[in-house]
Amino acid sequence: MTPDRLRAALRGVPDPQWLDAALRRVATEPKAIARLFATAARRCGRGPLPDPPGWTVDEAARALLLTALPADHAAAADSLYRHGDAAEKRAVLRALPLLPIGAACVPLLHDAIRTNDTRLIAAALGPYSRHLEQPAWRQAVLKCVFTGVPLAAVDDLHGRADGELAAMLAAFAAERHAAGRTMPADATDLLDRLGAGSHPTTAREA
Amino acid sequence: MRIFDPHIHMTSRTTDDYERMAAAGVRAVVEPAFWLGQPRTSAASFVDYFDSLIGWEPFRAGQFGVRHHATVALNPKEANDPRCHPVLDLLPRYLDKDGVVAIGEIGYDSMTRAEDAAFAGQLALAVAHDLPALVHTPHRDKARGVERTLAVVAESGIEPGRVLVDHLNEVTVKLVRDTGCWLGFSIYPETKMSPPRMVELLKTYGTERMLVNSAADWGRSDPLLTRATGEAMLLAGFTEDDVDRVLWRNPVEFYGQSGKLDLTDVDAPAPTFAGNSILRGGE
Repeated sequence: MTPDRLRAALRGVPDPQWLDAALRRVATEPKAIARLFATAARRCGRGPLPDPPGWTVDEAARALLLTALPADHAAAADSLYRHGDAAEKRAVLRALPLLPIGAACVPLLHDAIRTNDTRLIAAALGPYSRHLEQPAWRQAVLKCVFTGVPLAAVDDLHGRADGELAAMLAAFAAERHAAGRTMPADATDLLDRLGAGSHPTTAREA
Repeated sequence: MRIFDPHIHMTSRTTDDYERMAAAGVRAVVEPAFWLGQPRTSAASFVDYFDSLIGWEPFRAGQFGVRHHATVALNPKEANDPRCHPVLDLLPRYLDKDGVVAIGEIGYDSMTRAEDAAFAGQLALAVAHDLPALVHTPHRDKARGVERTLAVVAESGIEPGRVLVDHLNEVTVKLVRDTGCWLGFSIYPETKMSPPRMVELLKTYGTERMLVNSAADWGRSDPLLTRATGEAMLLAGFTEDDVDRVLWRNPVEFYGQSGKLDLTDVDAPAPTFAGNSILRGGE
């Protein structure tokens, strides 16, 4: 994902002049981002974008506002996340891989993964999750299975999934089996792919 | 019957309540910030509460197909505790949020000077942020409290049509009816107002600017009394359109003045909440 692609996707918003002006203002007056970030959804909309897939208008607009800052992106992302409603938090999480911040905002991922808000958990497992340590990443993947977040939300799932994750998933499948419950199909598929096919259940969700 | 409960403290309710409310036709709610029974000791405690009102609680409501909005304020009771006053400086940040459709509950509890200051200051904040105001009226010395409330509202310069005066009854309704303010009635199992009494008030005063809420919280209360009031109206000869006006269109019109009420797709069938089927398949 690039800011240019998001910018192109937002050409059709109802009030493109508001967004243009907001982006220019943030570039010269960084503190203005707090209020502009909060109002972006009302001005730009909240619907899904046809492209890039998986993004909504408000997420894209807010991510662009963050990229438009001249400096101190990590501090701004932290502040907007800490003071944001759920949609603002989600937009910050989605913007992280677009910002020149290294691993500075990993604490925001930990915060999001601690919640039970599936929208935040999913957003925390995008491309920026490459900065998560492996144990935290495995726990987050397992939490996705547990809370019903589709594993398609997890960036680089197949590159990072390892034997330890397979063991954790197999144990979870055993618990579900003992309780007479099924595993989500995407988790069963992952388990199969990781070569832990001897897990005790092959039941799949209808 | 579609129901918009314009005043309910869902933070204090269980998922069983959300399930029963959705089944009864409650599709949207506004949760005003108030006190939690246990007094707060710092502004930080309000921050966590407000964050919940614009974060976790709307998510929880959404699991049951109920649209959740909120109002934020320093409530009248805690306006008397200086430890809580710093929250007034934090309010503007929350008033900008999408889910915050009014300032409230503001108003009087014991009619102290500290309450005067917090009430007037927050009415000014409502005007500055172009938001409606939800005004609580005191449970003790209510009639004089309502008179004083209306005087402060008039002095503030806020348009009366952007003010909802809540917890009214047979005595206080007369004071508010001709001011142009909206009138709120909290239907409780025993105390504030009951469905049969509410029906009598609607017969006398009509349905214009009249709002019915459950004000359900951590005390003895019932989130389905909005529905019971609608049914009592029908039995008394009101039309379905009358019921829809009181239980849906009036609250939509009042909070819609914020420009932030989002009822997109609220008429769509409620998503199933068993397991986590809302997100699954959604992305």
